[in-house]
Amino acid sequence: MTEAMIRPLTYLVNLQSPLSLNQYISEGGYQGASKALHEFSPKQVLDLVSDSGLKGRGGAGFPTGMKWSCVPMFEDNDDKAPEFKYLVANADEMEPGTFKDRYLLEGVPHQLVESMIIGAYTMAANRGYIFLRGEYHLAAKRLQQAIEEAYQNNWLGKNIQGSNFSFDLYVHTSAGRYICGEETALINALEGRRAIPRAKPPFPQMSGLFGKPTVVNNVETLSNLPHILKHGAEWFKALSPDSDSGTKIYAACGRVKTPGLWELPMGTSIREILYQHAGGMADGLKLRGLLPGGASTDFLLPEHLDTPMDFDSISKAGSRLGTGGLIVLDDKSCPVAMVLNLIKFFAQESCGWCTPCRDGTPWAVEVLTRIENGSGRKEDLDTLHNLCDFMWLGKTHCALAPGAVEPLKSALRYFIDDFEQHIDHGCCSYKQSANKQTKLKGHCHG
Amino acid sequence: MKSDVISMEKISTLTIDYRQYLSTTEVAAIEHEVSIMETREAAGIEALKIIQEHRGWVSDDSLYAIADLLNMPEAELEGVATFYNLIYRQAVGQFVIHLCDSVACHLTGYEDIYQTIKSHLGIDYGQTTLDGKFTFLTNVCLGGCDKAPSMMIGKQHYQYLTPENVVEILSDLAKEERKHD
Repeated sequence: MTEAMIRPLTYLVNLQSPLSLNQYISEGGYQGASKALHEFSPKQVLDLVSDSGLKGRGGAGFPTGMKWSCVPMFEDNDDKAPEFKYLVANADEMEPGTFKDRYLLEGVPHQLVESMIIGAYTMAANRGYIFLRGEYHLAAKRLQQAIEEAYQNNWLGKNIQGSNFSFDLYVHTSAGRYICGEETALINALEGRRAIPRAKPPFPQMSGLFGKPTVVNNVETLSNLPHILKHGAEWFKALSPDSDSGTKIYAACGRVKTPGLWELPMGTSIREILYQHAGGMADGLKLRGLLPGGASTDFLLPEHLDTPMDFDSISKAGSRLGTGGLIVLDDKSCPVAMVLNLIKFFAQESCGWCTPCRDGTPWAVEVLTRIENGSGRKEDLDTLHNLCDFMWLGKTHCALAPGAVEPLKSALRYFIDDFEQHIDHGCCSYKQSANKQTKLKGHCHG
Repeated sequence: MKSDVISMEKISTLTIDYRQYLSTTEVAAIEHEVSIMETREAAGIEALKIIQEHRGWVSDDSLYAIADLLNMPEAELEGVATFYNLIYRQAVGQFVIHLCDSVACHLTGYEDIYQTIKSHLGIDYGQTTLDGKFTFLTNVCLGGCDKAPSMMIGKQHYQYLTPENVVEILSDLAKEERKHD
């Protein structure tokens, strides 16, 4: 099989100089969109995507076909059809330890434009936005270029490629806030408001951006569409026969030999990603644990190495696939300090709307800081457990605080000895050994 | 004694007519953003960024002028401006350093980079050097985790940072002349 059939999302990636529209077309680009527009009805594309088993790659793993099927559809030329519908690409990649969408946005921007044409055609959306995080300046430039080229060549605008379908696409660059990745918060941000998640229902498919039917899909999810159109649902399922359909862009960061990202069949084991592709741990370090899919997932341990990285298997192991980016903890880094870093992030990025999150995350930071600095008390551990409970699903407005709980709760379970040592000895022994190495006086006498 | 009570007359003077304050280029750029949205206030975030691009930061006067142009309450726009991390509501230096302090950088040497920048420039987070060259801020995960530690200055991302190369980067930037608008 060719690279195009094995690594469909990334085989055309060129980070130095992404393909122009003509180059992209000569490599087989826009064939998927062309097929959709000329050979398929919107309903047929929807059925194809549902059959393919594509699930959302932004973290939640919701079936894409099902998400789309909730958009109100009317027969062609029905004057009851909503005047406006929106398709939004969620390119607000801010999950710590995640950099897969950036790779696609900078490396093959036309693929996302093509994907959005297909998605918009399926739900009869006439306008689309790429909601891009503000820090991705290079991606913004390249997407803008790709969109201009697409307009010049009638891949965007009125009656695309002689069809009855018209679609306008714009880039919106955000001003930086993690919560914008939550789809209803993203919609508020696009409307120029504070990015506070909305109550559901109504779901965005019924009433989203400016009150119109709206679908928000992750960049990697959308990027599968041209290939599913080109090669079919059976091919897509066959990419990973024993797991969820398709490929997944996995990544690894932390102190591993060769951090990076790799497009592999969905369900590749953690062991293969970490040892074969990331080269294993950096010299002199041992694996202590890892977050399988970004900051808001539970820790897993070396005993979980053979778990396939797909939605069900990772969930059975006690965590979430999330974004598929491994954040690896080694034996010379302090787990308490790592969790403190993660919770600080969530505390800073909490939108402040609901009390459990607004007050709970900084409270956890305060307690963890105390423990890490050696002035923790035994009852602090109970406080942390209680906070995990107060901020859990069903008690907060959105998934941000439960996302913060996941690494904290699992760390308390797997690395409890470290928490207790910090409290008992009044210090962080990892800092002490680092100090010893640099011949400074250690403060920990435990 | 100065009264704490602000008269209605005083409040009304806080309104700024955008036509007297914003340049035609700024207005045109903002109106373009308005044209691709269903409401005027939906362009608020882009408008704040456009002004910041031209003027370095968003002053009170700029905020009032944008609110006037977008026909929205000033307080609402202030709520938006202060919500987002990348809108500067205080004057910043010529270069704003956004050092990534998220988990991948934390595991791969963030602390050393932070200490180096702090001692090299003599400023901590939220501060600007006396010569107005640098402002030092954090940033959440910059998406450079495989090339950590990482930072962003202006539109440029810097990766694989070490205490040595970060000093080099800052020294090179310090030599650059301030651009005039």
